[in-house]
Amino acid sequence: MSKVRSHLSQNEALLFERSSPGKKAYQLPGLDVPEVDAAAALGAENVRAEIQGFPEVSEVEAIRHFTRLSTWNYAIDYGMYPLGSCTMKYNPRINELVARIEGLAWAHPYQPEALAQGCMAVMERLETALLEITGMDAVTLQPAAGAHGELTGILLIRALLEKKGNPRKKILIPDSAHGTNPATAAIAGYAVENIKSSQTGVLDVGALEQLVTPDVAALMVTNPNTLGVFEENIIQAAEILHKKGAMLYMDGANMNALVGIARPGDFGVDVMHLNLHKTFSTPHGGGGPGAGPVAVKKALEPFLPTPRLKRSGKKLAWDYKRKYSIGRVRAFYGNFGVLVRALAYILAHGGPGLRNATLDAVLNANYIRRQLEPYYDLPYNSPNMHEVVFSDERQSKLGVRTGDLAKRLIDYGFHPYTVSFPLIVHGALMIEPTETESQRELDEFVEAMIAIAKEVETDPGMVKNAPYGTRTSRVDEVGAARKPVLRWKPA
Amino acid sequence: MLDACGVGSAEELFAHLPEAVRLNRPLALAAGVSEYEIVDYFRARAAENAHGYASFLGAGVYNHYRPVLVDTVVSRGEFLTSYTPYQAEISQGTLTTIFEFQTMLCQLTGMDVANASMYDGSTAVPEAAMMAVRATGKGKVLAAKSLHPEYREVLRTYARYQGMPVDEFGYLEDAGTLDLEDLESKMDDFTAAVIVQSPNFFGIVDQVKQAAEIAHRRGALLVVVFTEAVSLGLVAPPADADIVAGELQSFAISPSYGGPFAGIVATKEKFLRQMPGRLVGQTVDSKGNRAFCLTLSTREQHIRREKATSNICTNQALIALMATVFMTVYGKLGLRELAAQNLAKAHYLAGQVKPRFTGAFFNEFVAGSEGKSPEEINKALLKKKIVGGLPLGRFYPELADCMLLCATEMSRRGEMDAVAAAFGHAVTQVPEQPGAEVLA
Repeated sequence: MSKVRSHLSQNEALLFERSSPGKKAYQLPGLDVPEVDAAAALGAENVRAEIQGFPEVSEVEAIRHFTRLSTWNYAIDYGMYPLGSCTMKYNPRINELVARIEGLAWAHPYQPEALAQGCMAVMERLETALLEITGMDAVTLQPAAGAHGELTGILLIRALLEKKGNPRKKILIPDSAHGTNPATAAIAGYAVENIKSSQTGVLDVGALEQLVTPDVAALMVTNPNTLGVFEENIIQAAEILHKKGAMLYMDGANMNALVGIARPGDFGVDVMHLNLHKTFSTPHGGGGPGAGPVAVKKALEPFLPTPRLKRSGKKLAWDYKRKYSIGRVRAFYGNFGVLVRALAYILAHGGPGLRNATLDAVLNANYIRRQLEPYYDLPYNSPNMHEVVFSDERQSKLGVRTGDLAKRLIDYGFHPYTVSFPLIVHGALMIEPTETESQRELDEFVEAMIAIAKEVETDPGMVKNAPYGTRTSRVDEVGAARKPVLRWKPA
Repeated sequence: MLDACGVGSAEELFAHLPEAVRLNRPLALAAGVSEYEIVDYFRARAAENAHGYASFLGAGVYNHYRPVLVDTVVSRGEFLTSYTPYQAEISQGTLTTIFEFQTMLCQLTGMDVANASMYDGSTAVPEAAMMAVRATGKGKVLAAKSLHPEYREVLRTYARYQGMPVDEFGYLEDAGTLDLEDLESKMDDFTAAVIVQSPNFFGIVDQVKQAAEIAHRRGALLVVVFTEAVSLGLVAPPADADIVAGELQSFAISPSYGGPFAGIVATKEKFLRQMPGRLVGQTVDSKGNRAFCLTLSTREQHIRREKATSNICTNQALIALMATVFMTVYGKLGLRELAAQNLAKAHYLAGQVKPRFTGAFFNEFVAGSEGKSPEEINKALLKKKIVGGLPLGRFYPELADCMLLCATEMSRRGEMDAVAAAFGHAVTQVPEQPGAEVLA
């Protein structure tokens, strides 16, 4: 295990258990206006009693609390996060700095447009860059995350079809899709029909031809798909859909394989979302915030959410008068702070740098594939792009499943890969290294994976109970769900 | 690495892409620039925005001081650059803070369970409405006109394709509180949810208890929305609600031109299974130590797919952590004192400019402009480097002569006096308070 050795971690109680009456970590300035009696101002019945159980700690206790807890996390800053389709790449700190520049961070969404031109210019520049990268005609930055973008995109399709007279009933979704795709279709009022992938792991165009009936509103695909395989028949698929008045939606989760190489707008996509917290390096922050811009072809532009950014001469303005718009999907204009970070990433890379990142991401994934193929079963032999999916076929014969292998990987100093997804691979190990990993980090990962494959042969029982090196051993998730304890209560 | 992959260049790894899909030219984006130039670019953009202005804007986004500890904590790479905590063994830091977040939100709102965050307050509202529809088996939603206008727009967008009709009911012309008669008259047995905001969009602490009675009599759920979380330090929690949907921007989340913020949905125990979004639960590890993990995920899209309670996946974890640190820093005593300061500042300002409504308000209120248009008043204030209130005509044509003014602990007395002067009022003399020199 060349990457890790153990060190002490601090124990830390919950804030509520650490509290002592009267302790505080805040200071407020003295009031420069008269105090107001709350009961008189609000009515006694509207004034609350003290907040039972709320924390009472000192400043040093507060910072130690969160610092100690932070050390219980794995993070990109510790090492590689080979999570497939999640694109966990390095998060440049310059992006954090610029998002905190006072004139941007403290801009109020309702400040006069004349005093918000800087924010709007940032958004305009990002829009322009995303359109060039995707080859689409218009983009909205309003959606807050990928799934939110999906909902926006499907609502756009629905609005266009409705205007043509029939919103239709179904969305087709390949069996390799992310769970958000069918969940989104349902929220937009559509029935979901699954399409089986072909033997090579791509869309079966013949099957698609049969499935696209006048009831079908759209096909939602991820390209490259969740096997990391480019949908080579994408142009034909788009033609089949378009011929029958249906649309092609692309989940942009895997755009890291395409930037600067191929553009969805050039291969028949009508609507797509991007995940700025994946492809454009804004930090995941333990589960968010993200941003899920939606880019569309011209025909869908009238339906984009209000307001739209509009330039007239030197001035930028918000256009609220949009007759066909689906309406707002979120208050204000989007996760602006995330947009700032994404634009900083694009400026730092520039056109050539973005393309190089794609080349490196695909090279890294192929390198891992070559190194691990002798040890793990590769269910689909198609050329892969930015990620590679193995199965636990060989290891499960010895009783060790993908989830066990993943937990053992933790002992070697890595975050697990994506486990048991896509669902079309039995016992999937889905690995995406991204471009930001060096060969040294990749080699250490490969070394760990090979060592684990060997451990499975010699001591499968040991692997099944991993991890061993973490301060928390395997967690009882079944117990957590059976008797949910979702908040602290005094004993 | 190229040798290992059996190729002469990385480009060869793309050889299988059909010719027709390729971009056979460089992206039309300038070459990359240095860190220094990036800072320069964004500083220049920031300079094009309001710079060094005092502001009396609220309306869902509030100027509150951000304690230094907040950015110290969220800048730690372990929080900033970690993934969603699916792998509990190496995510206990994030999981523990979310468990604390959920607990504090329950303590604040009087609900039994709170989720790990939604995108923001505006999207929490349709999620709460859909939750009520699932829980009641009914379909209609009644939203108060005093619910944030943009939240209502988002609700309508979500509702449109779900067979979830949305109707609105009014507010009282004099008090600015809910028009309960109007609500009563629009209730029917098909109503799943009544949605009200308190403090409402006009800043008024509204009649939650009465709205709850009306909703419950017809078997509907009451959803209470808040946009000003600091009010929860002083104002009675919406304990009569069945679902609380809120925005936590006030808890050390910078205005950031409207996002990223963090929303929450909290509810009573009995509606737990209908909750959208992630939840963290307590459990043990194999050695019997207390541990936390994501739980009840059979409600969620990655397991349930089209039958999920919501399509939400990525939420606002890091932003929720900001709120958690904020709540810790202020704590039991501080949040109350902070809220009391907000109340005092807003009432000082209101004493200078006369509120339009008689209802009791927290830290924002509607001011009639008496002869001048709100735009005129704001124009005069801009010259003094003050951004005035939000003119309401855009959202409420009947209030076109009014603006929504907000004062927080960041508002200085002198600036408030300048607002009064712009309205054409002489400043009422009140005794100076100790501490005034600190802010002068």
